[in-house]
Amino acid sequence: MSNSVQEKQVQSTEVHLTKGDRYATWWRSTFLQAAWNYERMQNVGWAYAMVPTIKRLYKTKEDRTAALKRHLEFFNTHPYVASPILGVEMAMEEQKANGAAIDDEAINSVKVGMMGPLAGVGDPIWWGTVRPVLGAFAAGLAQSGQILGPIIFFLVWNVMRMAFLWYTQELGYREGTNITQNLGGGMMQKLTTGASILGMFIMGVLVPRWTTMNFPMVLSKVHLQKGSYVDTDTLAKQINSGHLSPQTITDIAGKIKDGQNLGAIKITTVQDTLNQLIPGLAPLILMFIVLWLLRKNVSPIVIIFGLFAVGILAYAFGIMA
Amino acid sequence: MISAFFVVLISFLAGMDGILDEFQFQQPIVAATLIGLANGHVTEGIILGGTLQMLALGWMNIGAAVAPDAALASVVSAYLVTGPAQVSVYEGMAIAVPLAIAGQVLTIGVRTLTVVLAHVADRQAEKGSLRGVDAVNMAALTLQGLRIAIPTIIVIAVGAGPVNAALNAIPDVITKGLAVAGGFIVVVGYAMVINMMATPELWPFFFLGFALSAVTELNLIAMGIIGLVLALVYLQLSPRFNGGNDGGGSTGGTSSGSSGDQIDAILNNY
Repeated sequence: MSNSVQEKQVQSTEVHLTKGDRYATWWRSTFLQAAWNYERMQNVGWAYAMVPTIKRLYKTKEDRTAALKRHLEFFNTHPYVASPILGVEMAMEEQKANGAAIDDEAINSVKVGMMGPLAGVGDPIWWGTVRPVLGAFAAGLAQSGQILGPIIFFLVWNVMRMAFLWYTQELGYREGTNITQNLGGGMMQKLTTGASILGMFIMGVLVPRWTTMNFPMVLSKVHLQKGSYVDTDTLAKQINSGHLSPQTITDIAGKIKDGQNLGAIKITTVQDTLNQLIPGLAPLILMFIVLWLLRKNVSPIVIIFGLFAVGILAYAFGIMA
Repeated sequence: MISAFFVVLISFLAGMDGILDEFQFQQPIVAATLIGLANGHVTEGIILGGTLQMLALGWMNIGAAVAPDAALASVVSAYLVTGPAQVSVYEGMAIAVPLAIAGQVLTIGVRTLTVVLAHVADRQAEKGSLRGVDAVNMAALTLQGLRIAIPTIIVIAVGAGPVNAALNAIPDVITKGLAVAGGFIVVVGYAMVINMMATPELWPFFFLGFALSAVTELNLIAMGIIGLVLALVYLQLSPRFNGGNDGGGSTGGTSSGSSGDQIDAILNNY
C-alpha cells in the first residue's frame, strides 16, 4: 500500500506522455517516409514522428536539440513495423527524461537493432502477402467493372493498417525494450510462415486463373466417321428446308451432351493439347521462366518489355491470339 | 475544367502516397477508379485499375530499392483512358509500363534531392526547432506530390489530339499483339511476389493452389479459406513451432514458449 502511494508521489514530479501524444505520434507515423532520402533514408520522417514526444518531455532548447539530433540518425525499415519501434523509443525517452541513465548510444542501438529483423517480417507480410492477395481479389471484382473492388481494397487495407500502427505502437510503448525478446521469439516466425503459406497458395491459384494464353495453331484435322460427331450439316439442311424432325433434335442434344465434336472435321489446336495435360500449363511455365530471369537479376521492367515484344511477335506469326 | 482540377488533385495524392505507401492512393485500383470518377467514366477507370493492379502486384519498395512507379503509371494511363483521349484499356496498359519507369526515375531524383532537405532538417535541429523539422518533412512530401502532378498537368495541356494521332499511327499488329501480351504479362507480378517469398518449405503450397485452381471452379473466397486453413494446420503440426511449447525447441527461450501459448489460446477459443 505504502509502496503505491510512494509511486504516485514520484509520478507527480515525472513527465509522462499522454494518450494525446501517442495519438499524435500514431498519425505522424503515417508520414514516416515523406522525406525519404538516399543519405539517411527515413531519418527526417522518424524525427517528425518523435516530435510530440520531444515536445512533451523536453522543454529547453539544448534538450530539444540533443533529442532531435539523436533521432535524425540513419533509419530505414518497413514503414508499418516502425510503429512498435516508435513505441519502444517513446518509452525509452520517457525514462531518460525522468532521470534514467540511458545514453544516446542505447537509444540509437535499440532503433537500429530492431529495424532489420522487423523489416524482415513487415515486407513479406504486408507487401508480399496482404497487398497481393487483397489486390488480386479486388482486381478480380474490378475487372468486371464492379466498384466494390476498389472500395473493398481501400477500406480493408486502411482499417488493417491503421489498427496495426496503433496497437503495435502501444505494445512497444507498454513493453519497452522487453518487446525485442517477444518479437524475436516464436510468434513473429509463426506469423510470417503462416502468411507466406497463404501467399504462396494464392499465387498458385492466380497463375492459371487470370492469365490468358491461347495457342490457336492447328495441330491436326481429322475427318470423323459418320455417327461419331454432331452432324451440323444435316441439321442446317433440315432447318433450312423446314423438315426438322424431333428425332434429329434428340439425337443432336444427346451427342452434344456426350461431348462429341461439332461438325465432321475435328480440329485439334496446340491449346487443346495443353488443356488435356492440365489447364494453365503455359502460364505456369512462363511464370518459372520469369522467376528464373528475376533470380538472374534481370529487371522486372526489362522482362515486361520483353514479354510485350513476345506478344507482338507471337501474334504476328499466328502462334498466339 | 473541374474534372481537370480533380485529376490534378488525385495525381498529387497519388504522388505523395507513392513515397509514403500508407493509404494506397498510388495503387492502380484506387488511383484509376478516382481518375475515372473525376472524368465521369468510372467503369472504365475501375476496369483499367483492376487490369493494372494485376500488373503491379509485385511492385514493392524493399529496403532502399525503388520499384517501378505505380503512381505515374496509373494516374496518366487512367487519364488517357477515361479522359478526352478515350484510349482503349489495352493501350492504356501498354502506355502504363514506360510511365512506370519514368515515375521510377523521377522518384529517384526526388529522393536524391531530399538529401539537401535532410541537411536543412539538421540545421533546424541545431536551433531546437520542432516546427522546422515538421516543415522539412512536409516540404519533401510536397515535392513527391508534384512529381506526379506536374507530368499530369503537362499531359492534360497536350490534350487528346496528339495522343490519339500518335496511337493511330501504331500498326494493327502491334496493338493486337499488345492485347495478347496483356493477357499474360501479369505473370511478372506473380513471379515477383513468389521470388520474394519462396522457400523449399513453401513450394508445395504453391503447387497445391495451382492444381486446385486449374481443375476446379472454386472462387477466390473459397480458395482464401482453404489457404488459411492450410496455414493454421501447418503451424499446429509443424515440429518447428511445437518445439517451443515444451521448452526444448530450437527456437527455445521462455518468451517464445509463452507467446506460442498465446496463439494456441486464440486458436483454442475458436
